[in-house]
Amino acid sequence: MTESPHPDAAQLLALYEQMAVIRRTEKAAHDLFMSGLVKGTTHLAAGHEAIAVGASTALRDDDYVFATYRGHHHALARGATPEECLAELMSRATGLCKAKGGSMHLTKASRNMLGSYAIVGAHLPMAVGAAWSARLRGTEQIAVAFFGDGATNIGAFHEALNLAAVWKLPVLFICENNLYMEYTPIADVTAVANPAADRAPAYGIPGEIVDGNDVVAVQEAVTRLAGRARAGDGPSLLEAQTYRHFGHSRADPATYRPAEEVERWLKHDPLDVARGRLAELGVPAGTVIEADERATGLVQAAIEAAKNAPAPDPREALTDVWADGGAAWRT
Amino acid sequence: MADVITYRQAVAEGIAREMRRDPTVVCLGEDIGAAGGVFKTTAGLYEEFGSGRVWDTPISEQAIVGAAMGAAMTGMRPVAEIMFSDFLACCWDYLANEIPKVRYMTGGQVTVPLVVRTANGGGLGFGAQHSQATENWALTVPGLKIAAPATPADVVGMMAAAIRSDDPVVFFEHKGLLATKGAPAPPDHVVELGRAAVVREGADITLVALASMVPVALTAAERLAEEGIEAEVIDLRCLVPLDTRTVLGSLAKTSRLVTVEENPYQGGWGGTLVSVVADEGFGLLDAPVRRVAAECVPLPFADALEEQVIPTVDKVVTKVRDLTAY
Repeated sequence: MTESPHPDAAQLLALYEQMAVIRRTEKAAHDLFMSGLVKGTTHLAAGHEAIAVGASTALRDDDYVFATYRGHHHALARGATPEECLAELMSRATGLCKAKGGSMHLTKASRNMLGSYAIVGAHLPMAVGAAWSARLRGTEQIAVAFFGDGATNIGAFHEALNLAAVWKLPVLFICENNLYMEYTPIADVTAVANPAADRAPAYGIPGEIVDGNDVVAVQEAVTRLAGRARAGDGPSLLEAQTYRHFGHSRADPATYRPAEEVERWLKHDPLDVARGRLAELGVPAGTVIEADERATGLVQAAIEAAKNAPAPDPREALTDVWADGGAAWRT
Repeated sequence: MADVITYRQAVAEGIAREMRRDPTVVCLGEDIGAAGGVFKTTAGLYEEFGSGRVWDTPISEQAIVGAAMGAAMTGMRPVAEIMFSDFLACCWDYLANEIPKVRYMTGGQVTVPLVVRTANGGGLGFGAQHSQATENWALTVPGLKIAAPATPADVVGMMAAAIRSDDPVVFFEHKGLLATKGAPAPPDHVVELGRAAVVREGADITLVALASMVPVALTAAERLAEEGIEAEVIDLRCLVPLDTRTVLGSLAKTSRLVTVEENPYQGGWGGTLVSVVADEGFGLLDAPVRRVAAECVPLPFADALEEQVIPTVDKVVTKVRDLTAY
């Protein structure tokens, strides 16, 4: 089993700062939407930062990551910059996907962050395929699929888990259980208490539960399970318990959530949990404030740069369907 | 080399040639390994390339095509088999939403060089859920290339082009053609996708057909020749890219057009083709265009009923006669 020592103070501060950048980028996405600069919709992951950062920093740089439409945090944690993400949301030519993807499709292929998919559960078999490919090529890479609790009731989830298990592939399924399948409590529509972890025994693979708001706990769990996958011991399923700060999407004020539940979870905010751990390690409050200020400055600069970036050339609409760069369907 | 090979042997031969040439080509699907495929279209691959390159899957169409997509995005060239084309519906999300869109919606960051092979079409009495001609389903989706060969040599040549393509290709192998025989493909045979073939020359009318309808059109043309009507027969071979140039070129000579389609008239590929002709080739026409296509019903079981639904030589001959008299 791979050793997973606690991060030291400097390492934890770096994790904290990454989460702070993501939180501020999500806040910016929210504000820009409200001011009319982001169209369509957004599915914010504020509250889920510890899962993206904890997991991503436990992986190798060349491991593959697949995410959902709620994937800003995964793209950022795997190396997309706030500027290119916000430019994408604001439909700018400099956007991560040249403004063809939008909020739900943030992708940074050069860092093996292979996409954010907006059909629930669809990317789990893709991650299985990437893990299969890694094994065929003998690279010891692993693939990770991040998904929500709602995806656990999709057929592709079960097909992916079974295939990964029977082929014993190096893939790690990480469920971000934020208690709500869109607007509906996941418990109301699911036959088991823990929608992901309880399904693991059906496929003969490990299913674990972790505090998804504790970046250290996530990093340790993912380090261990990723090491297991890399060693050839097959897939596993990690259920990270967390909570959304916002509703499902921009259209959803999330008024269906009990006030005391919201309050309880907001008291267990991933940034606060990390701050508590930093204090335990003796990191001065001023050092943490400096990290916050750096994060604020970075995101503020990203907002300005994205706002000032040009709109895409309309001719771009007819490119990138085919590998030759074009879109011609006939001779 | 044998004088003739069957269409089904050509499928395995086409895949094997590419697997020998390129170690990133791998196969996955239900019963494709030691069993050789339910249609024996992968016979011999497992024996030659082993379990490391020919992978049996569970009955999990979403996982098969989804995993093929993930592998294609990460350096492999997977060839996935979906046993009957009707079952493409089970993994339609991948064909409609994931595979064809990911390049576009990532701004060109991701390449998906995969082939989804499937046994298509009717004529064998398999009933409504194992007999459909489903190439039109794929035709409605921007981002998929669509190959549907009619001869063993084309199977090999188009399989080479499909597997080498950096774009996703849905490869329709027609069940009704599996036992047919033809000339073997020469070494290194590659048939570029999007290049139709004029398989019979004629000056009086153009028949455009695909896959199993190519021999139907050719037989009809022979019958019509006895009546003094010389039909030019075009094997379209691909729906995307669609070789409209060859069709318009033929019309410049014949001025009359009939499409011969196994798929239902409603939503069939002929509708797209004749819309291009109406738009760009209206001045070439001396008569209305006609489409011989299947009825808009699920495919029935009994031969007598199936023949009522799918185009036959008689139906083509009748339609052409009417049109030449126009």
